[in-house]
Amino acid sequence: MAWQWFYRMGSPRWFYEKTDRWIPWLALVTALLLGTGFVWALGFAPADAKQGNSYRIMYLHVPAAFLALAGYYVMAIAGAIGLIWKMKLSDMVMKAAAPIGAALTFLVLVTGAIWGKPTWGTWWVWDARNTSMLLLLFLYLGVMALQNAYQHQGTADRASAILALVGTVNIPIIYKSVDWWYTLHQPATLKLTSESTIHVSMLYPLFIMIAGFYCFYALVLIFYTRLEIVQRERRTQWVSALVEGAK
Amino acid sequence: MSISTANAPLLELRGLSCERDQRCLFADLNLSAEAGNIVQIIGPNGSGKTSLIRLLTTLSAEYEGEILWQGESLVHSRLDYLNHLLYLGHSPAVKKALSPRENLAWFSGMSAGHPQIPLSEALEYVGLAGFEDVPCYSLSAGQLRRVALARLYLTPARVWILDEPFTAIDIQGVARLETLIAEHAAGGGLVFLSTHQPLQIDAVIPLDLMDFQAGEEYYARAEGWSS
Amino acid sequence: MSSGLKALLQRDLTLAFRNRGELTNPLVFFLMVIAMVPLGVSPESKVLANLAAGMIWVVALLATLLSLDSLFRNDFDDGSLEQILISPHPLYFIVLVKVFVHWLVTGLPLALISPLLGVMLFLPDAGFVPLCLSLLMGTAVLSLIGAIGAALTVALRKGGLLLSLIIMPLYVPVLIFGASVVRTAIDGFPVAGELAVLGAFLAMAIVLAPIAAAGALRISVNG
Repeated sequence: MAWQWFYRMGSPRWFYEKTDRWIPWLALVTALLLGTGFVWALGFAPADAKQGNSYRIMYLHVPAAFLALAGYYVMAIAGAIGLIWKMKLSDMVMKAAAPIGAALTFLVLVTGAIWGKPTWGTWWVWDARNTSMLLLLFLYLGVMALQNAYQHQGTADRASAILALVGTVNIPIIYKSVDWWYTLHQPATLKLTSESTIHVSMLYPLFIMIAGFYCFYALVLIFYTRLEIVQRERRTQWVSALVEGAK
Repeated sequence: MSISTANAPLLELRGLSCERDQRCLFADLNLSAEAGNIVQIIGPNGSGKTSLIRLLTTLSAEYEGEILWQGESLVHSRLDYLNHLLYLGHSPAVKKALSPRENLAWFSGMSAGHPQIPLSEALEYVGLAGFEDVPCYSLSAGQLRRVALARLYLTPARVWILDEPFTAIDIQGVARLETLIAEHAAGGGLVFLSTHQPLQIDAVIPLDLMDFQAGEEYYARAEGWSS
Repeated sequence: MSSGLKALLQRDLTLAFRNRGELTNPLVFFLMVIAMVPLGVSPESKVLANLAAGMIWVVALLATLLSLDSLFRNDFDDGSLEQILISPHPLYFIVLVKVFVHWLVTGLPLALISPLLGVMLFLPDAGFVPLCLSLLMGTAVLSLIGAIGAALTVALRKGGLLLSLIIMPLYVPVLIFGASVVRTAIDGFPVAGELAVLGAFLAMAIVLAPIAAAGALRISVNG
């Protein structure tokens, strides 16, 4: 029985029709979380002792960083499922997760730069976290490039699944290596941000923002996957009916 | 479609369907091939000939249905099957920087079993005597094809899968190859081949892919589990 | 070693040595790019000595990347790869053999020629042996990881640049530790620990990379 449910979940059409009902609720929750988070973070959380108000970019930077890394694992796991169980829906989720993750990683880098300028005086610093994020962006771009290079969709999916899995094995190694490299070369002039203890009053809005970002990620992933489904299944009857109905 | 003899089929295809890019190439293909059969795969370009050959050589595993080697599903018996398989593809897979002898040495090393006859003798059979140690970039396309065909004399493999084996060969070569194929089948081997040329061999079983095109029920089934 | 692997080793070595001209290309590239560095930066020995370890490592990495495209491509183009895939020999060891030959004709010469480049960039004396050692092990890891990229892109016509894009982030740990071996030696500290990390990378790559590359080869040929 459980297998039947598993295989049914793998039907793109089932996913498309089910998510029709989920999306409004998910969008509502996301809006509530992000809205509350934004207002609390920007309006009500106290200013930082050292950095004043410019630290508030953290409320975008940190959740985005969480999601950028989590998103890579979502992509890799979806790829693995598609590779092992040949589930087409999983392949579509993997393909959808790549640009979203890349965009989030880019957001992390940009917000990091915006944070860096008033704090340390430079737009970019080669510290462990920044450098790791940049490499994560390259990993995402690699998967996207490989997806686009193949004419045949099946080959593209399988090849990028392998690449995503190889990247997953490497991410901890890359992070540790970069971390070690940075401790060797810590420049005397720049000080590492010591986010040693964040005050509790700043943590609450941060948690809300993180939760909101997770919901936002899920929402966007569902949208992108639906797009992928309609595109790949465009020759089937139910998609034609969908298009006709929309006209 | 089968030849009814007392022997169990060597290779059996049951309900084989192959899909590519949302298009069904062939569906519900059934074939029972026994020792001594020569099967000619027929069909216009794009009808799935290449895909079928890729399935038969286990280069691809994208199919529905079953392929059985000596009664056992290919999923489990793949290694055993490969030990008995010889595949000559579209390109001769001959390295131009090596000599015919070196190329054949590599082919023998890569396949299971030992060469049945000396390499030079095999080259003699295909009419390349005297060219054994000449670098292959000085050979013509027909001669390169003949280096690949020399493998047929060397191998003890039971199942031959030949994709367009008569390309670039002259009339005498074609006759010799047809004789070789007939002898192999007579000796208990199994041959699958695809070719545009009319064959002068007796008792060739045609496998016409146009007989196995998908009907309405296939596409209805393919909509998936959604109800 | 089974007959198949021996036959493959023999064939690939023979092919490599018959195409001798191609063997020297990565080496010449190595030399020429290193020569560009003083022209682009500065001819002062102090500046160059500072850069030497890192520059040599980066350029070695680039030279390896350039040579990786042909790891499987020739076999793919003439149909040999299909024959390899349906031979009864395990693809894992076949990949290992091919990568070994590739390292023998690319990584090993790069490592052996590196002292010459060290001289050109005023590398301090303490750095020469560590440079060689780190490059010997490092280029092996680079070849192994690169084989995955080569296998993924072999079916694409302009696979070379894409190969570099997808493999480069995976090269970063090797680069970091490889270059750091040399710098640590120059600074007078023992390098055994960092060499051990490189060794660990090598062990991991030998075990895991051929699996991924084999899977990627089947996918590329199938598609």
